[in-house]
Amino acid sequence: MAQAPALPAGFELPLKQRLPRIGSIDQVAVEARAGELAKRSIKRDAKLWALELAIRCCDLTTLEGQDTPGKVAALCSKAIRPDPSDASVPSVAAVCVYPNLVPVAKERLAGSGVKVASVATAFPSGQSPLDVKLRDVEDAVAFGADEIDMVIDRGAFLSGRYAHVYDEICRVKESCGDAHLKVILEVAELGTYDNVRRASLLAMAAGADFIKTSTGKLPGAATLPVHLVMLEAIRDVYEETGRRVGMKPAGGIRTSKNAIQYLVQVHETLGPDWLTPDLYRIGASSLVNDILMQIRKEKTGAYQSKEYFTND
Amino acid sequence: MTEVAKRGGAPVPADWTYAPAPESRDVVSLRERYGLFVGGEWLEPADTYTTFSPATEEALAQVGQASPADVTNAVGAAREAFAVWSSLPGSERAKYLFRIARILQERSREFAVLESLNGGKPIKESRDVDLPLAAAHFFYYAGWADKLEYAFPNRTPRPLGVAGQIIPWNFPLLMLAWKIAPALAAGNTVVLKPAETTPLTALLFCDVVRQAELPAGVVNIVTGDGATGAALVDAHVDKIAFTGSTEVGKAIQRRLAGTDKKVTLELGGKAANIVFDDAAVDQAVEGIVNGIYFNQGHVCCAGSRLFVQESIADTVVEKLKRRMATLRVGDPLDKNTDVGAINSRAQLEKIQELVAAGRDEGAEIYQPPCQLPEKGYWFAPTVFTNVAQSYRIAQEEIFGPVLSVLTFRTPDEAVEKANNTPYGLSAGVWTEKGSRILWMAERLRAGVVWANTYNRFDPTSPFGGFKESGFGREGGLHGLAPYLDGVTHA
Repeated sequence: MAQAPALPAGFELPLKQRLPRIGSIDQVAVEARAGELAKRSIKRDAKLWALELAIRCCDLTTLEGQDTPGKVAALCSKAIRPDPSDASVPSVAAVCVYPNLVPVAKERLAGSGVKVASVATAFPSGQSPLDVKLRDVEDAVAFGADEIDMVIDRGAFLSGRYAHVYDEICRVKESCGDAHLKVILEVAELGTYDNVRRASLLAMAAGADFIKTSTGKLPGAATLPVHLVMLEAIRDVYEETGRRVGMKPAGGIRTSKNAIQYLVQVHETLGPDWLTPDLYRIGASSLVNDILMQIRKEKTGAYQSKEYFTND
Repeated sequence: MTEVAKRGGAPVPADWTYAPAPESRDVVSLRERYGLFVGGEWLEPADTYTTFSPATEEALAQVGQASPADVTNAVGAAREAFAVWSSLPGSERAKYLFRIARILQERSREFAVLESLNGGKPIKESRDVDLPLAAAHFFYYAGWADKLEYAFPNRTPRPLGVAGQIIPWNFPLLMLAWKIAPALAAGNTVVLKPAETTPLTALLFCDVVRQAELPAGVVNIVTGDGATGAALVDAHVDKIAFTGSTEVGKAIQRRLAGTDKKVTLELGGKAANIVFDDAAVDQAVEGIVNGIYFNQGHVCCAGSRLFVQESIADTVVEKLKRRMATLRVGDPLDKNTDVGAINSRAQLEKIQELVAAGRDEGAEIYQPPCQLPEKGYWFAPTVFTNVAQSYRIAQEEIFGPVLSVLTFRTPDEAVEKANNTPYGLSAGVWTEKGSRILWMAERLRAGVVWANTYNRFDPTSPFGGFKESGFGREGGLHGLAPYLDGVTHA
């Protein structure tokens, strides 16, 4: 991923004066457009291509209180070789874990090319003092995380303290060092598409390498219209500044069909340049097996039962 | 797809080319030859002509060219059926209409495929727009059939008799539904003439009429060209309902002057789609695309004049061009096609002529790169910028996928320019400001004003024009009145 300047041209401070130009989203129309794009019929070669891309873009995730080194080790094996019986199936992009489990993941993934992503900044609520959040990030980076998935302070955002949110993202970005920063907006708590767009632009202006929909801890995580709103924000930043910011929907994407619908949106909104794990990720846990099942079906013409795919 | 690199064993093609996803034609069984549907029977016409698929120029079937005598015959059958149909209780008529609506739903795939085959429109539109709306019209007017006294309180609504109905080729089945459903609900019988180039779904509808066991002669379908239409206008009918070009509409009105036949006309348009600088820009761009490229722009209410507030004109045009590049033009039966074939050679030539005029007058043309099929009638989505109000492309109805972009500075100027046309069928307003929507809607001289959307239709909502876009309303309660005596226009 290309390292971006923290403050791209066109998004300089003071931010307050710039926010009114951010524009708005029409709810009915954006949902209609997302609905239209979801009807694309992707078949044969095109479907197989999309399924393999979806695997390559996956951030295989486990974020549970009950995560153990054993669980994470198993997940890492899955990440490297999702389908042990088919070597042509690529590795996923990254494994996403809590900071404490980064060392285990790092060790198991060494040399595989699969990245380690860690959530941080008092995930999932973000309701802690800034120094705690920064320490959280620093620890995860010190443990070897390649990527940091931070959460924005929704309390500050919803009370209109945009500059506070902005400053916090900037500080986290500094603490990341060389690690890439994904900024989680937690869209289910933002309430409106207008807010999603505003938070997306804010995060990108503050230096996010990726913007991400959700923690996965709330119902109503990633949805197709929210995804579209964020892609359009990314497109506007690219048009205005030439900077390419990545996108990561997370939470609730469980089927191949749904994953392809997300990829179609990327393809028809941002274009083929974004169809790469460098700029697009899907945060998921159960999705991978459904994709494997579909890949095998496309290749052999027959469905196999769930028992033929490993649960990790 | 060409493979350019290998990573982790996975093929990485240069880009993602969607594989063809054609809807199967097998659901449609075409006959070689279609007669005229008169009095519940198929009559053999003296003359026939060939109907084609505009996407491939493939000959689909032979259909009848109804003569004046055939038309007289059909009107006679309708007249005979009128006695039976008009004396049925409204609740009985409703049963038939509900039945037609349900059959249309059941056979929707068959109708959608045939509509795309014969008319060239993308299957996703015939499947998701034409068919559901056609069924919805029958459902809606079925509900009114036994409530006419309540629709027009303190009146005695009576059916007119026989309605002659002439419909266009852009929404063949939907226009049939718009015409037949209110007429039948009100107790009239009909003789309908489909457009010359798109008769097949109307002829398939005759199967539905039979399947629904509608009394013979209540619905009669006569196919043919303009001469058949003229014969229907001159025949012994009580009302003419016409949807089509302003030119033909004027000719019909001249012909009917001095007769006691009632008439409603739904004619051309040159609608203004007005985008203010506070609009949700990406959604407005979708609305612009839907306004002009929906059904290849073969829409009387198409948003063919785009007025953008000057302060955001560059942004909107840039976004529009990028969006146009993602439009998929091609096989109407492919489920991923966004823009299908132009309906006929004649229409294609008309579009080409006006586009050439636009270039000559000095407008700047943009067409996204797209490969058009070699056979059939095709025209790439087109946008003209630097258009002046006086250019032909800003004045005349093109009825194709061609958009003219103009700019304005203030709301007053937007209204003035939008109304500065002989037409007045529809308009669109894009702004986040609710009060401005109402302010604009009060001042725009158009039958329909859409706010933050475009080309939305619903059977409960009246549709019709101002000025040269015609008179009379279709849809809603208003759509019943033109088929009833003893009521004032609601």
